[in-house]
Amino acid sequence: MEATKTLELNVEEIRKDFPILHQKVEGRPLAYFDNAASTQKPQVVIDAISEYYQTINSNVHRGVHHLSQKATDAFEKGRSIVRKHLNAAQNHEIIFTKGVTDSINLVASSLGKGLIKEGDEIIISTLEHHSNIVPWQMLCQQTGAVLKVIPVNDAGELVQEEYEKLLSRKTKLVAVNHVSNALGTVNPIADMIAKAHAVGAWFLVDGAQSVPHMKVDVQALDADFYTFSSHKIFGPTGLGVLYGKESILEELPPYQGGGEMIAEVTFEKTTYAGLPHKFEAGTPHIEAGVVLGKALDYVNTIGLDRIAAYEKELLDYGTEQLRNNFSNIRFIGEAKEKASVISFLLGDIHPYDIGVLLDKMGIATRTGHHCTQPLMKHFGIPGTMRASFAFYNTKAEIDQMVEALAKAEMMLS
Amino acid sequence: METIQERQNEIIEEFELFDDWMQKYEYLIELGKSLPLIDEQFKTEDNIIKGCQSQVWLHATNNGELVRYTADSDAILTKGLIALMIRVLDGQAPKEIVDAKMDFVDAIGLKEHLSPTRANGLLNMIKQMKFYALAMQAK
Repeated sequence: MEATKTLELNVEEIRKDFPILHQKVEGRPLAYFDNAASTQKPQVVIDAISEYYQTINSNVHRGVHHLSQKATDAFEKGRSIVRKHLNAAQNHEIIFTKGVTDSINLVASSLGKGLIKEGDEIIISTLEHHSNIVPWQMLCQQTGAVLKVIPVNDAGELVQEEYEKLLSRKTKLVAVNHVSNALGTVNPIADMIAKAHAVGAWFLVDGAQSVPHMKVDVQALDADFYTFSSHKIFGPTGLGVLYGKESILEELPPYQGGGEMIAEVTFEKTTYAGLPHKFEAGTPHIEAGVVLGKALDYVNTIGLDRIAAYEKELLDYGTEQLRNNFSNIRFIGEAKEKASVISFLLGDIHPYDIGVLLDKMGIATRTGHHCTQPLMKHFGIPGTMRASFAFYNTKAEIDQMVEALAKAEMMLS
Repeated sequence: METIQERQNEIIEEFELFDDWMQKYEYLIELGKSLPLIDEQFKTEDNIIKGCQSQVWLHATNNGELVRYTADSDAILTKGLIALMIRVLDGQAPKEIVDAKMDFVDAIGLKEHLSPTRANGLLNMIKQMKFYALAMQAK
């Protein structure tokens, strides 16, 4: 069928850039629908990793020799590409971390060093990934601050009236995802940030699921912190980005101590380096910093607007096909604004059983609680089946999934 | 009484009849459906083995000589595998259970289900079955 061509994207051509997609699993063509967990890498990214080690590998910063200069330039160019991508005002507002989890732990840990006090309040939401819950719980335990949680409605949207009620002068920080990993809900972040600012609170956005799918402008959003992971946007694993407003990053004490983050060390006292190095103790993931730039260039060449439009098409097609083919389907998360994630259950069938059988038919999905146990508890379910799409997926692959689901359902009932 | 090894060999022979994965999994599903359920009173927090993907309840008793197991899971494929484990180990002597090598899982091509990454609770269930036998043996 004419499934892979749209007016917007030549998906057939794009798929050629991703060597991993062209393989068989259990004798059937692989359909990779686990993009919310991690994305595949285009050839330019794979090549850039090997090129880095073949040509400029060396430790960055403060090296006088040729290779160190080259590596430093390439690493800092990566930072600059990230800055442009997020439309941050300055390069040193971009901190390289290990990933979103590490970014959130950095902020929580640094805030715990005197900026959050007993009785202060931190607001998160029911939609959060464990990585945007546990660090705040730990901070609250440590400081005596109080954690408040924005509830969700049946569609999986945050209840904005309740959020407004939770906000007060006691609120010091709000930490919410831009897009829910489990349900795909797109949260009205700009509006939520403005409301937090009105009571003097800072706002951290977990952008793990938004940055790969939509244009993000941290200045337009007026976000205080915004974080995403490289591996979810077609870059290498082990690298994340934490954007922070300069004035706030200056105010925050450092996270970890070590090399790179110092200005001067004596046994009596250490003075810290300026931004961004104050938050980048130790040798960074240099190769990934260089290569993330290539991944973002690749995405921007295709264009996030076109990507978003095509992924919306996949989302609508997938939702419609599932609804038409399975009378007992229950969609978990039916927000009006959704990213390309479909979370669902079929009748009483356990998601694990379907996931295992789908894998036997070449379909890679994710089953379980998606690291959002409180959210699953809210819906009273053990977990869901989740298909999450990227721009290299096709409608033909969705058809393959629907067919496999029908077979799995037949076997299990 | 059949030994643990004899029971494993039987299962291996049964699985040799299947031509493809579908038949194998259909059989597992059948086994899962026919597994005598654990008595509701034993489906307690104490007896639960939490996996990330599916959970398992295991209850063990003994008559002083032999160990009896009942178990359940919320996922049917996990239940099917549990049925096989129980078929092999139920009613055996503690020493035999402790020493048992559960090679049949590999031989019937279902080893992936015991991988820690599956996080379905099965691996810990086998450990728990052996722990119980070990504790009984020590008495």
